[in-house]
Amino acid sequence: MSLSSTSKIADLLEKNETELLRNWLTELEASGLRRDDLMRSTELNQQCHEFLRMFRSAAQHENFSDVQAPEWGSVRQLLTDISRDRAQQGFTSSEVATFIFSFKKPLFDQLKRELAQQNDLLVESIWTVTDVLDQLGLWTTEVFQQAREKVILRQQQELLELSTPVVKLWEGILALPMIGTLDSARTQVVMETLLQQIVETGSQVVIIDITGVPTVDTLVAQYLLKTVEAARLMGTDCIISGIRPQIAQTIVHLGLDLSGVITKATLADAFAIALKKRQLTIVSKASQSV
Amino acid sequence: MPILETITILDSADIVRVRQKVRSQTVALGFGLVDQTKIVTAASEIARNTLDYGGGGSVTLEVLESAHRVGLRLTFTDQGAGIANIELALQNGYTTGSGLGLGLGGAKRLMHEFEITSEVGKGTCVTTVRWRQ
Ligand SMILES: Nc1ncnc2c1ncn2[C@@H]1O[C@H](COP(=O)(O)OP(=O)(O)OP(=O)(O)O)[C@@H](O)[C@H]1O
Ligand SMILES: [Mg+2]
Repeated sequence: MSLSSTSKIADLLEKNETELLRNWLTELEASGLRRDDLMRSTELNQQCHEFLRMFRSAAQHENFSDVQAPEWGSVRQLLTDISRDRAQQGFTSSEVATFIFSFKKPLFDQLKRELAQQNDLLVESIWTVTDVLDQLGLWTTEVFQQAREKVILRQQQELLELSTPVVKLWEGILALPMIGTLDSARTQVVMETLLQQIVETGSQVVIIDITGVPTVDTLVAQYLLKTVEAARLMGTDCIISGIRPQIAQTIVHLGLDLSGVITKATLADAFAIALKKRQLTIVSKASQSV
Repeated sequence: MPILETITILDSADIVRVRQKVRSQTVALGFGLVDQTKIVTAASEIARNTLDYGGGGSVTLEVLESAHRVGLRLTFTDQGAGIANIELALQNGYTTGSGLGLGLGGAKRLMHEFEITSEVGKGTCVTTVRWRQ
């Protein structure tokens, strides 16, 4: 890389900061990145302004080939902060990358104007700028990805901590509506809560409803069977409801044996069975008065 | 054939991810609900074996397309202990862990094509396809 292209870029950033900022903001607006629903436009302006200022001072070192170098430290830090914020605010990764990539056009335009007569230098400068902005864009998405994963992890843990709703449907009848992925950690909590509730309420019948469980594989089945078995040892009958047709077919192919368990398609069907087991009936008022 | 993506399987959260990716690809390819469920369940089984017995690995999702049919191919690989006796491993009820011993054979029954290559001490590769009906 010739010294002249790097010093040219540093020079250009220094002299045209205001104009670059204005054009960049216009570009961002056109790209649809201005998400007023997620973040105020003044905040975006502020971030662009900050970035430009730091980019400019990093550029004074004329090292555009490696953004991991110390002189790019404050730019990276700024982008890290921005990415983290956006991960929280609910932006997508391409929206976050666009923040950097949309700076290319204003910068190219400026270079074109300045170097109109020096084709070689222009090409070299554009290459240099592309390289450094691509690196920064990648950096941004990487940080964003990591931040998103942290958010997801936190949500998973929160979900785990949510107390599992064990609902009392009737005297002696409990229902456990399961929702989502039955990964091992959560299922363990669910199972323990249910057994605890059986003891506390002295229920004779429990309905485990799996309408909200998208996949029933051998691990999920094993958890269900263990729960049913444990409940049975406590003198409580279990009914599994919410077995949709596609789940029923899959269970058959897997070779799972649920013959020892009462299974029903819907929670309503299961409730009817549970009432029967408790020797209760529901009678319509009309028929009663006849 | 276009490779859609490769997902690493290093913990149980990755198995959830495999299920989600496989689900969305089957939807995109126009598989019906029953077929979707079959493929996702098979993927879940093999992915968990990859994690539990293979010590982790990866799965690659590929679209198979010919003039008259479309399918999804899943290729699971690990560098784990390998399977000494594949026929035995496929038998219902056979497990060396604490499972039901149904996953591998079950996955085979849920899919149209199913192939295991394995070398003791080197690792295991399970390739499986389901065609859109
Ligand atoms: N990738 C693998 N690497 C090494 N051994 C494997 C692998 N996959 C399966 N096996 C062996 O095959 C056996 C049977 O697997 P299978 O999935 O049918 O049952 P399981 O995992 O033990 O129980 P589950 O019913 O919960 O799946 C396993 O116990 C294990 O010994
Ligand atoms: Mg298994």
